[in-house]
Amino acid sequence: MNTPPLLEVRNLQVHFRVFGGYLKVLDGVNLVVRAGEKVGLVGESGCGKTTTMKAILRILPEPPAQIVGGHVLFRGKDVLKMRPQELRRLRGRGISMVFQDPTAALNPVFTIGQQLGDVIRYSHSDGRVDAGQIRLKALQALKEVALADPERLLDSYPIQLSGGMRQRVCIAMALATQPELLIADEPGTSLDVTIQDQILRLLHNLVVERNTSVILITHTLGVVREVTDRVYVMYAGTIVESAPTKVLFANPMFPYTRGLMQSVPRLSGGGVAEGIPGRIPNYLNPPTGCRFHPRCPHVMEVCRHEKPPVFTVGEEHYVACYLYAS
Amino acid sequence: MRLVIFILKRALHSIFVLLGLSVVIFAISRVLPGDPARMAVGARAPQWVVDNLRAQMHLDEPLYVQYGYWLIDALQGKFGISLVTRREVAEDIKEFFPATFELALFAGILMGGLGILLGTISARHKDKWIDNVVRVLSYLGVVTPAFVFAIIFMLVFGYWLKWLPTIGRLSEGLTRPPVITGLMTIDALLAGDLVVFWDALKHIVLPAIALAMGGLAQEARITRATMSDNLTKDYIAAERALGIPERVIMGKYLLKPSLIPTISILGLDFAGTLSSAFLVELIFNWPGISRYGINAMLRKDLNAIAAVILVLGVVFIVVNIIVDIVVAYLDPRIRLSAERSE
Ligand SMILES: Nc1ncnc2c1ncn2[C@@H]1O[C@H](COP(=O)(O)OP(=O)(O)OP(=O)(O)O)[C@@H](O)[C@H]1O
Ligand code: SF4
Ligand SMILES: [Mg+2]
Repeated sequence: MNTPPLLEVRNLQVHFRVFGGYLKVLDGVNLVVRAGEKVGLVGESGCGKTTTMKAILRILPEPPAQIVGGHVLFRGKDVLKMRPQELRRLRGRGISMVFQDPTAALNPVFTIGQQLGDVIRYSHSDGRVDAGQIRLKALQALKEVALADPERLLDSYPIQLSGGMRQRVCIAMALATQPELLIADEPGTSLDVTIQDQILRLLHNLVVERNTSVILITHTLGVVREVTDRVYVMYAGTIVESAPTKVLFANPMFPYTRGLMQSVPRLSGGGVAEGIPGRIPNYLNPPTGCRFHPRCPHVMEVCRHEKPPVFTVGEEHYVACYLYAS
Repeated sequence: MRLVIFILKRALHSIFVLLGLSVVIFAISRVLPGDPARMAVGARAPQWVVDNLRAQMHLDEPLYVQYGYWLIDALQGKFGISLVTRREVAEDIKEFFPATFELALFAGILMGGLGILLGTISARHKDKWIDNVVRVLSYLGVVTPAFVFAIIFMLVFGYWLKWLPTIGRLSEGLTRPPVITGLMTIDALLAGDLVVFWDALKHIVLPAIALAMGGLAQEARITRATMSDNLTKDYIAAERALGIPERVIMGKYLLKPSLIPTISILGLDFAGTLSSAFLVELIFNWPGISRYGINAMLRKDLNAIAAVILVLGVVFIVVNIIVDIVVAYLDPRIRLSAERSE
């Protein structure tokens, strides 16, 4: 038997309780990351990328979120069944995360030194490291992300830094735990394009250097093409297609993915693909069958009633669409 | 250093507030109907006695001159004789203010300590049964006046269970420790008299809790609201994602940003306790300034009224300065913007 992959997400379902019912956001997400692999996750705004990542780390705010089904296996162990103690070992050293919005991800009333220091302190198994050592490691971590004057940064509050600096600090924190898997949720989307580019490049170099596994969420298809080995395409809470990066770009199959590839490389903003009119569906009463059917140019009768199963269309190329049945 | 400047600036600012307050107090006292001199000596005193007293109190001079005399005296703590107790008002204040201050101090500690504790528990177990219990209780706490609690506590713990005394600050037969701070419990400790300390503590429990209930409930509600909001913030998710233990997140990273609104309201509640303690002081026969102030108002004892209002005004201002300092300590955003505006 082969060893289990580093991370495996099986049929993950997450709902949000809101006034008037439940938002059925994640509708059975499946995802695999192998050791050392760099995986991309793309999909338009609101399709549930961040929700999936937070569910993997069990950091969704519950309530309103509710994980209603599925499994998250890290090295074969189910994260959803872990006790607090095991969870704490998983977070940080097993999996860590760079958040989408660095301003929201830093605690406004503590200095960078306090926050980074605690991350370093508790990433040691017993939490017993002396203050001098923590300081040295913190300075080291800030230097690695190319931040100038790290000494002064340690005593600064997030509000005193620019957006780009905050993002670098977040990356420094996420890497300071020496994680096996790094989740990078659209790092730098809130920043201007040049800085975003620098930050992505920096992040890429750091993870290649350390052979860290990565899930990279991004709106920029060019980046995905450049730095990932495999890509997952998400639509309205399900993975609709996955393939090795080259294959996906050469031969996209799911109608939504095709639209993506034809449209502008950046998919930020409202309705994504030019070729595909319409918006992401309402999660309160999502479409039955294939969630993409209201927007699909190839929709068939069966699509409206039955959720399409996953079809294998090539080596490591999977599509959840009836067009590829048989 | 910066802190010192900050405090000095706030203090300077407060002086103007106090001057404004003094004008208002003076104006009210002189606008009220009735002749203070006549009220002081009674209806049957001959007119020449009243006239003498009027001259002595500068009541025949123009108002701004009266204000000048009054202010100079007030600054020296000379508020004159209380028309009711026939003593120096300053003496009365010295006697009654510490009693209420002690009560408010205990109430304030309960409001802050228990309020924040209950709010935290509630937020952490949002929508679970314990949260619902805390929410119902704090709702009751907010809408029920302090004197109702006072009566209930007195009946239940004083008369029925007989656990705690219900009258005054000290049991009969015990001698007061030498007055240093005026706070009975502290003075007893300073004198090393544990028997008196324990007795004084037992006396203060019921009135302090009765006074604290409203604020306690208020603080619990505010803490719950801020905390459960902050719990959904990304920085909490990020701290969890980076492996910081839950107890550190709760006790440090969630607590500090969540305390800011609570502390502001706590300051107001504490200061408000001093002036609203009237019925509780009456019920527990507590010789406090709130009761003294109300009595002075009922008898139109102008000197006493002015002194009480000024003292309470000073307390409000000092409490506000302390709140500002604590909030600036808790929130670097406020601190930094204050520094930038220097
Ligand atoms: N705390 C929450 N309460 C209610 N609904 C939520 C909450 N968080 C997310 N959602 C819902 O889940 C859906 C998916 O959100 P998510 O943040 O995962 O999208 P995303 O793919 O990361 O989008 P983006 O690219 O804009 O970051 C959203 O449409 C939103 O309605
Ligand atoms: S399953 Fe049907 S509706 Fe969904 S993408 Fe395929 S063809 Fe379109
Ligand atoms: Mg997102």
